[in-house]
Amino acid sequence: MQKRPPLAGWIQVLLPVGAILLTLALSAIPILFAGGNLWLSYYSLFKGAFGTRYNLLETFTHAAPLTFTGLAVAFAFRAKFWNIGAEGQLLAGAIAAAWVGINAPGIPRPLLLLLMCLAGFLAGGAWATIPAFLKNKLKVDDVVSSLLLNYVMWHIMGFLLFGPMQMPGSSWPRSAAIAEAARFPILFSRSRFHLGIVLAALAVLVIWFINSKTVLGFQSRAVGANAQAAAFSGINVNSVIFETALISGGLAGMAGVGEVAGIHFHLLMDVSKGFGYSGIVIAMLGRLHPVGTALAAFFFSTIIVGAQSMSRITGVPTYIADVIQAMALLIMLITLLFTEYRVRVAMK
Amino acid sequence: MEQIFNWAFLAGLLGAMIRMATPILFGTLGEIIVERSGVLNLGIEGIMLMGAMTGFLTTLYTGSLWLGVLAAALGGILLSLLMAFLSVTLGLSQHVSGLGITLLATGLAMFIYRLAVGSPVSPPTVKPFVPVAIPFLSSLPVVGRAFFNQYSLVYIAFLLIPLVWIFLYKTSWGLVIRTVGENPLAADTVGINVNLVRTICLAAGGALMGIGGAFLTLAHQNMFLIDVVGGRGWVCIAMVIFGNWDPARGAAGALLFGFLDGLQLRLQSIWYNIPFHLFLLVPYLLTILVLATISRRAAAPSSLLKPYRREEKG
Repeated sequence: MQKRPPLAGWIQVLLPVGAILLTLALSAIPILFAGGNLWLSYYSLFKGAFGTRYNLLETFTHAAPLTFTGLAVAFAFRAKFWNIGAEGQLLAGAIAAAWVGINAPGIPRPLLLLLMCLAGFLAGGAWATIPAFLKNKLKVDDVVSSLLLNYVMWHIMGFLLFGPMQMPGSSWPRSAAIAEAARFPILFSRSRFHLGIVLAALAVLVIWFINSKTVLGFQSRAVGANAQAAAFSGINVNSVIFETALISGGLAGMAGVGEVAGIHFHLLMDVSKGFGYSGIVIAMLGRLHPVGTALAAFFFSTIIVGAQSMSRITGVPTYIADVIQAMALLIMLITLLFTEYRVRVAMK
Repeated sequence: MEQIFNWAFLAGLLGAMIRMATPILFGTLGEIIVERSGVLNLGIEGIMLMGAMTGFLTTLYTGSLWLGVLAAALGGILLSLLMAFLSVTLGLSQHVSGLGITLLATGLAMFIYRLAVGSPVSPPTVKPFVPVAIPFLSSLPVVGRAFFNQYSLVYIAFLLIPLVWIFLYKTSWGLVIRTVGENPLAADTVGINVNLVRTICLAAGGALMGIGGAFLTLAHQNMFLIDVVGGRGWVCIAMVIFGNWDPARGAAGALLFGFLDGLQLRLQSIWYNIPFHLFLLVPYLLTILVLATISRRAAAPSSLLKPYRREEKG
């Protein structure tokens, strides 16, 4: 293998598209393995995701938490802060938002919604600064600590939902409903398309702005490229990682806010369906760029929403969506390799 | 209190410690072999789940527990070979390819399980391993019941501790692996095939991880649940760091985790009015705390995370 000169911009953009097409083609293997009819499977997948007005809006709705967690991971990975803890940070945000929403103070609705977002952002952000602190001060591997913290937060939520936050009189792990005023407004009638989707789109713009127009964006990229060189040039690496973690965790926390205030209106154990882990794949597929991340989130939302109707019609288990996600990540990784290297087959 | 914390309680606690440490032991020893050769295998969580699933299904269909263990090892080897292709042959980021393997293995395990058993009201079960009492030793007070009346897989896990230690430090194979992990260029210079050694280590480690997963569905429990591994793979990664990449010290970490896990299980049944989730989070929290105290001094193999490409020379 040899290093090759950087490829033209349009090839770089087309790569993820190629990876997605290849993934969809290779998905035929598990579908056939499950005994599904290929054309019917693909047809029902896309019909389920885009076929009706409701389904299309549902695909958008589902893309919101994925966009947030994807941005969270992408923002952290850019600084080589290995935040694998978006799942736990999402839960932290969901808990905080639910708490505010249930105990909603009698303040005007816009202020209340803002307060919920703020609480969710800060809770997720604070949770993400723990691995950053442990990495900076005690050299604890961020992958391991952020992963383990997911389980800690999961059990904290379990404790709250079986304890202090449990709906009075209920034996299920589920909180009381949030106040009517604490619900995100629905933007299209007869759908679940809520304010959170707009917020996710805004977050894409904000992160793009931070990445390309602010000092923090420049510094976090420098730290990611070479932490030692960044330190030599006078960048305070520790504080860059800390701020990156805060924003990254905050974004994941916002995913939790949206699920509570826009979808469930309660806090429940399955408030996240692995969105935090999907965020890793989405960030990679989006090449850590905010717009790419949003597009990748939309693609995955298509797969997840579509897989449900595919499963109903062809009997292929919905877990096909998880398999396709993982395949997309691995194929994207391999594709990226060929942008940096060219392979020469040695002839004897 | 005295009625609770008596000899029977202690014997029960020690027994639970040994049992709960067993899957961590398999995973930690497997990961140590892999990391000593210079590869971090974050696929461990998914590989353990795959082992739990293939082991369970194989036993469910064949009725043979040992065939289940074998299938779990094979599942671990297959996934590890994919990991080797990505991270060793192609030299992709070990972090991302490992996470990718975990996601793929998790998705596949659930997909295949669902295909095989459908969605019955109550999950199918197998007849699990039964404890094997070792003559004489098992009749010792307290320790007899705790240490010498266990599942065969438990004995195997504990036998593996000295075996892996001797293998790594006292055999020429072990020396080759450690050299590849510390200085692949030097290893290459003396004619060692660096990438082949790493691939073999990944496969061997993957087999152990798979068996660790199978312990959960064939001995610890008798059914497959989606969260059966529940982060134990990540705990193994932490224990490798805790043990400073040494099998004996890593095993000590696994025992510590087993103790905490066993303790929280016992306390759950005593203080049943305290929500059990508070107990469940303790082992994870303490694992993080342990890492916080030890990580400054941790010395990873020098070439960990660095793919070896001959044409780039280090």
